Amino acid sequence: MMQIDLQKELNGANGPLQLDVKLDVQVGSFTSIYGRSGAGKTSILRMLAGLMTPDKGTIQVNNIIWFDMAQSINVSPQKRNVGFVFQDYTLFPNMDVKEQLTYALRKGDDSSVVQKLLDIMDLVKLKDAYPKTLSGGQKQRVALARALVQKPRLLLLDEPFAALDRGMRVKLQDYVLEAHVLFGLTTIMVSHDIAEIYKMSDLTIVIDDGKVTKLGKPQDIFANHEVSGKFQFTGEVVTIVEQDFLLIISILIGSDFVKVIGSRDEVGPLKIGDKVMVASKAFNPIVKIIKS
Amino acid sequence: MDWTPLILTLKLSVVTTIVLFIISIPLANWLAYSKSKLKPIIETLVSMPLVLPPTVLGFYLLVAFSPSNAFGNWLDESIGLNLIFSFEGLVFASVIYSLPFMVHPIQSGLSNLSEGLKEASYVLGKSKSETLLKVLLPNIKPSLLSGIVLAFAHTIGEFGVVLMIGGNIPGKTKVASIAIYDEVEALNYAAANAYSLVLFVVTFSILLAVYLFNGGYIKRFWG
Repeated sequence: MMQIDLQKELNGANGPLQLDVKLDVQVGSFTSIYGRSGAGKTSILRMLAGLMTPDKGTIQVNNIIWFDMAQSINVSPQKRNVGFVFQDYTLFPNMDVKEQLTYALRKGDDSSVVQKLLDIMDLVKLKDAYPKTLSGGQKQRVALARALVQKPRLLLLDEPFAALDRGMRVKLQDYVLEAHVLFGLTTIMVSHDIAEIYKMSDLTIVIDDGKVTKLGKPQDIFANHEVSGKFQFTGEVVTIVEQDFLLIISILIGSDFVKVIGSRDEVGPLKIGDKVMVASKAFNPIVKIIKS
Repeated sequence: MDWTPLILTLKLSVVTTIVLFIISIPLANWLAYSKSKLKPIIETLVSMPLVLPPTVLGFYLLVAFSPSNAFGNWLDESIGLNLIFSFEGLVFASVIYSLPFMVHPIQSGLSNLSEGLKEASYVLGKSKSETLLKVLLPNIKPSLLSGIVLAFAHTIGEFGVVLMIGGNIPGKTKVASIAIYDEVEALNYAAANAYSLVLFVVTFSILLAVYLFNGGYIKRFWG
């Protein structure tokens, strides 16, 4: 069990922001932190990693105290054994892929883990490549592999897939899930992408203005319970065309455009850019084999 | 032509550059990342040789290390170090005088690196010194090269400070720049010209090499 209680005054985009977050995270769980930009999500990860010092609070992991203001305990980032995948990857430009992973080894560690991670992350062919020659998705895999070399107890992911296209995202999500299970990690991920959170996490925390506003399973938080849909997708409204008394709404779900018809009364005040859920009952879908 | 002054200049520049490199890395690292209140004062002191007449620096060093005062006397008696009119004194003065030329490029190289590199290394359990040696310094090679070369070239070009503290002892403290002055005083223009030409060619070649390397020209043509 991880008990987190953090308070810190941050300089947000819209002036000072009081971050105040209390939460318990089960060992082995996958937790996502969702919220608008500047809500304090990244700061939470940084405080967990020891890169930022909270003003007040405690961080306790399996009864070991990492941070306690009252007892003036603040374990350094070096000693927390945390894996951190930064938003901009932060690969070391002077090292090739294999060197990045070898550098991450602790003194006396068995170096076979490097080879194993190169295999798992499909990096064997890229092991001699330098970061500047890698694509975004490749860099992300290296960053993830590097974070796992020390077999951390806690893996922190800061919008790990934000800069990638949809196809690459989905692939990398699978890599992360695989690693999460394989290494028995406790993972905390900051994400903007509802679909991603749905797919990956056991627990979702919604942060707004530095406070936890919602906490629960992703389907409870994002889904609308008034609809007993059998199919549910989340997407973003791209266009709304009004025709007579109907609305033709184009929604981007993943990388696919879907056109949906609705009426003003049904849909309510909808505008472009809204995140929406598209649900359908089970009686009219068409099922077609695309791969067997 | 007597080559001794040129060899002495070269020796002084090499020793000074090595000493400077060793002390400038921790100093530049501290200046790049420290939030201490002392930082502006240290920064000012490091930069002073850029604006101070070399004779001022030479004068104070002369006064400070003269065996006729307490401190100079103590140095001489306790560790047998005499910094006045000696090669060691030249090195000491040159190190101070060329300090900004080594510290500034390294400091700005470190400041321009993304903070994330350091943090990523810390999270991987690496100490500050290991991070500095294996992650930060290898990523500022052009800055290190600039520092080394500027310090080296600047030491070759020293005059005032070495004249003040070193005197003009042939084979011991009479470096090329002073030898030129001497030859001109003696109206021996041919010798002055020979020394000058060597210094000109050497410094030109060194600086050219740096610009070629840092500008990526060498890589483009032969890489």
